[in-house]
Amino acid sequence: MNKAPLLARILAPLFVLCIVGCTWHVAVDFFKIPAVVLPKPEAVLRGMWTERTPLLKGAWVTFQAAFLGLLCSALIGTLVAMLFSQSAWIRTALYPYVLFLQTVPIVAIAPLLIIWSGLEFRTVVLVSSIISVFPIISNVTSGLLSIDSNHLDLFRLQGASRWTTLTKLRIPSAVPSLVQGLRISGGLAVIGAIVGELFVANSGAYDGLGTIMNAMQANLRTAELMGAIAACTLLGIVLFLSVEALNRFLLRRWTIDAGFELDR
Amino acid sequence: MVQKAIECEQVEVLFRRGRSVQKVLHGLSLSVEPGQIVTLLGPSGCGKSTLLKVVAGLSKADGGSVKVFGAQVAQAQSKLAFVFQEAALLPWRTVWQNVKLPWEIRRNFAESELTDRMKHVLDLVGFSESDWTKKPSQLSGGMKMRASIARALITEPQLLLLDEPFAALDDMLRSKLNDLLLQIAQRTGCTMLFVTHNIAEAIYLSHRIAVFRRGLIGEEISIDLPFPRTAAMRSSPEFADYYGRVSSSLMRSAE
Repeated sequence: MNKAPLLARILAPLFVLCIVGCTWHVAVDFFKIPAVVLPKPEAVLRGMWTERTPLLKGAWVTFQAAFLGLLCSALIGTLVAMLFSQSAWIRTALYPYVLFLQTVPIVAIAPLLIIWSGLEFRTVVLVSSIISVFPIISNVTSGLLSIDSNHLDLFRLQGASRWTTLTKLRIPSAVPSLVQGLRISGGLAVIGAIVGELFVANSGAYDGLGTIMNAMQANLRTAELMGAIAACTLLGIVLFLSVEALNRFLLRRWTIDAGFELDR
Repeated sequence: MVQKAIECEQVEVLFRRGRSVQKVLHGLSLSVEPGQIVTLLGPSGCGKSTLLKVVAGLSKADGGSVKVFGAQVAQAQSKLAFVFQEAALLPWRTVWQNVKLPWEIRRNFAESELTDRMKHVLDLVGFSESDWTKKPSQLSGGMKMRASIARALITEPQLLLLDEPFAALDDMLRSKLNDLLLQIAQRTGCTMLFVTHNIAEAIYLSHRIAVFRRGLIGEEISIDLPFPRTAAMRSSPEFADYYGRVSSSLMRSAE
């Protein structure tokens, strides 16, 4: 697919946004939808503006929770994947429990996590990690195992130990897979942080986006609630773009960049 | 008695897939003197690469015995190096780092010698200093293969196993790399077991060609062209003679 010029790539989505906004505005008027059910787009923008300080603070808190959650899942996921790469027996024995992380409805176990960990920031980070760890485990395991057979033979011929093969071959080979996993998990980490915040909302000390959304919903402030949803989306985009930047940096370093200093 | 570089006796290899068992090597015997270049030639799937992997210890023989410099393969692995059909360079490492890799794993000589040896092998395969920091994605096919050969040479192997290393290269590059291989053999005295499908390449490089026939060596042809070999020899009547002999032996093996 040919890439459109930069201006077109910015203007085309903005044009679509204008069309959607206009249709939305006209539909609210035409169907006489009450503002508490669906406010007009300008009311949402106004709500975002008036609530900008708590929304920005909330977005920052949620970003920290999602980022830390993603970091924990990247670390734990990579360690679990390294363990999985060592033996088919380990994979067979542990995979069902890892699958549990993917299939468990996080909403169902969040109350339990609150009992264990309290109405705290760390609980939000925990929920964010649980929800985002599976793609990392799955992608990194696949990356650690899908090694070129010639590379494996090369290491075997040199009499490389399991550890040397892991550190000098398997882990570097799995970097692109880790980046792929982070791409998927980035979005999930934001979802996890917001879900976690919805559950710790009762704590007065916490003011993430999820908490703010809970309060706005209780007070039927639909315009501000939609503003908070937009902030969540923006947060997801920021995290995604950060992962993309990391992706470019790592893959460039891994394949093309000649910037390595000679270690001699 | 001079110790053989490679001594295979009655080597059998079976491939098992589910319940079916296929015999790839049917009690094959082959011996290679130190310093010789022996080429394995034969149709696809006749077991050439399998024999190479058995000699390297990368595949196990189901019968017979394989000795490398008088020792079992497992004990002799430090004396040999393997050049794969694809260059198999690690894409995240520079040329320098790729060539250094076997030493990083084996540490079979002092670090103080490393830089000199690295420079020597990189020079031997024709890399200039500006190429040392390049990544494999910045190299041409020929340069990748030269880096792969340099990597094989860094541990100063006594036996070099080459599995169709030039198969993907054009004729011009192939003949340049053939000359490079002969230079390496001359300077290092390394024994080479070489797999190829190319008859002219086999004649040009070898002391002896082993033509495979259904999992055995059907015929061994000694190439008595003098060393050092030159490009002019390729158009000599003797070369054409050998070409005819090898070609008809190959035809018989495909029957």
